[in-house]
Amino acid sequence: MSSREQILQRVRSNLPRVERPLPAVPPFDETRPASLLTKFKESLERMGGLFLEVPPVSDPRLAVHTQLAGAKVVCSIVPEFTGNRRIEDVRIPQDLADVDFAIVRASFAVAETGSVLLSEAELGTNAVAYLAQHLIVLLDPDDIVINLHHAYRRSEFRERHYASLHTGPSATADIEGVLIHGAQGVRSLSVLPFPRAIARSAI
Amino acid sequence: MNTVTKPPRTDERQLHPEHPTEDPHTILHNGRRLDHAEGSSRPLKSRPEPQPRGAKVHGNRPVDQAEAAARFIASPEHEKMHDARLWDLRQKRDREMHAIPEWEDLRSLASAIKEHTLTHLDHYLEQFEASAQANGVHVHWAADAAEHNRTVHGILKDHGARTLIKSKSMLTEECGFRPYMASVGIEVIETDLGERIQELDNEDPSHVVVPAVHKLRTDVAKVFSETIGTDPDNSDVHYLAEAQRTATRPLILAADAGMTGCNFAVAETGTVAVCTNEGNADLSANVPKLHIASIGIEKLIPRLEHLAVFVRLLSRSALGSPLTQYTSHFRGPRKGAEMHIVLVDNGRSQRLAMHQFWTSLKCIRCGACMNTCPVYRRSGGLSYGATYSGPIGLIIDPTYNARKFSALPFSSTLNGSCTNVCPVKINIHEQIYAWRRELVRQHEVPFIKTALMKAAGELLSHPAAYRAAIGAANAVLAHLPRFVIYNGLNAWGKHREVPTPPKQTFHSWYRSNRGGAS
Repeated sequence: MSSREQILQRVRSNLPRVERPLPAVPPFDETRPASLLTKFKESLERMGGLFLEVPPVSDPRLAVHTQLAGAKVVCSIVPEFTGNRRIEDVRIPQDLADVDFAIVRASFAVAETGSVLLSEAELGTNAVAYLAQHLIVLLDPDDIVINLHHAYRRSEFRERHYASLHTGPSATADIEGVLIHGAQGVRSLSVLPFPRAIARSAI
Repeated sequence: MNTVTKPPRTDERQLHPEHPTEDPHTILHNGRRLDHAEGSSRPLKSRPEPQPRGAKVHGNRPVDQAEAAARFIASPEHEKMHDARLWDLRQKRDREMHAIPEWEDLRSLASAIKEHTLTHLDHYLEQFEASAQANGVHVHWAADAAEHNRTVHGILKDHGARTLIKSKSMLTEECGFRPYMASVGIEVIETDLGERIQELDNEDPSHVVVPAVHKLRTDVAKVFSETIGTDPDNSDVHYLAEAQRTATRPLILAADAGMTGCNFAVAETGTVAVCTNEGNADLSANVPKLHIASIGIEKLIPRLEHLAVFVRLLSRSALGSPLTQYTSHFRGPRKGAEMHIVLVDNGRSQRLAMHQFWTSLKCIRCGACMNTCPVYRRSGGLSYGATYSGPIGLIIDPTYNARKFSALPFSSTLNGSCTNVCPVKINIHEQIYAWRRELVRQHEVPFIKTALMKAAGELLSHPAAYRAAIGAANAVLAHLPRFVIYNGLNAWGKHREVPTPPKQTFHSWYRSNRGGAS
C-alpha cells in the first residue's frame, strides 16, 4: 500500500465521530473608517512602511524622484517610471541581486493591516520584491479593501500562482527584541498613491 | 569647582538602569517607538553572561525539565531577558486583542473551522491534493519523519541539488531534517535570522516563533564570531543582523533549491500560505528553480474565506503585530520552475484517534501559550528537550514518546492562562492534567510521584482528614524555621517565598461566623 493510501486509511478510521458543521464567516465590516486611504496609511506606518505624501495638484512622480537620488540600479516594472534595469532583460532571478530600488504597482491594498498585494503579474520576476534593497509600490486609492475578509474574496488568490501581502519592509527582532528593517529582504517599503492610468482615462 | 555626575536617565521598565533608555538606532515613527514584527515595546538590554544550555537528553530516558530549568534560573541575565521579552509579547498580544471587537468571534470561528476540517480530514486532503495537482504542483505523501526526509532528498537528487535554502518550519525540526541532510551531503542554510543563529550554534530552536529568544546579544556575538567571522567584542544588534544578511545573501543566490514550511493549506485552491517577517520564505521559494513545501496534514483548512480568520489571529496572538510583514500564497510553480509539496503524517493520524487529545491538532503554532506560561518564561524552551516546548509541547510531545516526555506534563502550574490565550481554543491546561492521569495509567510516572499523588488523593477524598491536615500544616508552617521550609527537598520553597499561613482555615472561619449547620 502506498503512503498516500496508508495515511488516508488511518485518517479515515481515526476520524473523531462528532458532528462539527462548517461555520459561515461574516465580513466584519460594519464599522467603516471615514477614509480607507487614511486608515491604510496609519496601518502601513505602524508596520514600518513609508507613505509618500503627494501635495494636491502636483506630480506624484516628484516624491519618488527624491527617494531615487543617488540610486545606481533602478528596476521599474510600471509605465509611470523609467529605470535602468529592464525586467524583460532579466533571465534568472539572480540578475536582480544588485538592484537598489524596484518600483511596482500593487494589485490592491488592505486598510486594516496596511498591506499591498503583489503577484507574478505585478512583479514580472517574483524575486525582485525581495532582492532589491528598497521597494516602491504605486497604489490606486480606489484599490483599497476594508479588511482581510474582503481581501480574500479577490480573484488574485484564485488566479495567480503567487500572491503575497507585503506589510511594511522585511523585519526582524530575533535578537533581544531589537527591531531591524531589512532582515533578508527589502530595507524599506514606500507606498505612493498614484491612480491607474486606465482608470484615469476612463473618467 | 566640583562636578556633579548626573545619574543616568532611568526607566523602571528596563532590565538595567545604567543602559540608555533608547538605543540610538531605535526605529521611530512620529516620535513613537515602532514595535511591529517581534519588536519589543520597550527597550531591553542585558549584561553579558555565559549561556545556559538546554536539557540533557539521554536516548529514551525521561527528560528532566526541572534540572535544565534550574540551570536557566541560575543564569539571572538570561532568565530576566527571557521573561521580560516574552511577557512583552504577551502584553502586545493583549493590546491587539482589545483593538478588534470581533476577537472572541474570530477565536470561536477558528476553533470551529479547525474541528470541522479535522473531522473531515480525509476529504480535505484529497481535495487539496487534486487542486494542487491541477495547478501543476507535484504532491508527495510521507507517513513518518524518515519518509519525509527520504522524499525531500529524492527530489533534490533528481535535480542534482546540493545546497538548499529554507525558511523556518517546525515540521522539519520534528523530522530531524538538518542532521539527515548533513548525513547525505546536502548543505542546508536556514534563512530566518533566529533559526540561522540556532543552526550555526548547533542548537534546536527554543520557541516556535522566536527560535533564539533564549540567547542574549552577547551569545549571538560569540556564535557569529566563531562562524561568520564577526568581531567577538561587538554585540551591537544592528551590526550582528547586518553581518548575517551580508553573509547569507550569496548563499541564497547560489542555492540549488529552496524549501518552506506551511502555515495554512487551503483545500479548495491548493494554496500554501506562509507567514514570515523577514521575507525569507519568499526568497527561498522565488530565487532557486525548485521549491519544496513540507506540510503537516493538520494544516488543512477548507476555503480562502477561512484563511482570513486565521491570518487575522496568527500574528496578533504570536507577536502582538497585526500581521506578519509577509503573508505569501503559493498555488503553483512560477514559469520555468518546479514546485513540490510533501504531505506529512508523522503521528498526526494516530493523534486523531485520541479522544482526549485530538483537538491539540488545531494548533497553529503561534506560541501564545509559551509567552504567557510562567514555567516556560522562567525555564527557557530548550529545558523541555523536545521539538515542541511550553504548554503546547506538554500535550504534543508525549504522543511521540510517552516515556521520554513522561515528566513534561508536570512542568505546569495548571493556571489555565495558556487556554485563555489560545487563538483556536485548545483546552491546553485540561489536556495537561489529562496527560498526567494517562501517564500514571501507563505507568510512565516515577513511583515517588505516584505515591505522593495517591496519598494526596486519599486525603482529598476524605474531607474530615483533609481539614485536620490543613489545620495542622498551617500551625506547623507558621512556626517552622526557614531551613526546614527552604531546603532542597521542597521544590515549592525554591525561588519563592511560601505564603504566610492564615490564622484560621476557611472552614473553621465559616463555622464560627456563619455557624450552625455544617
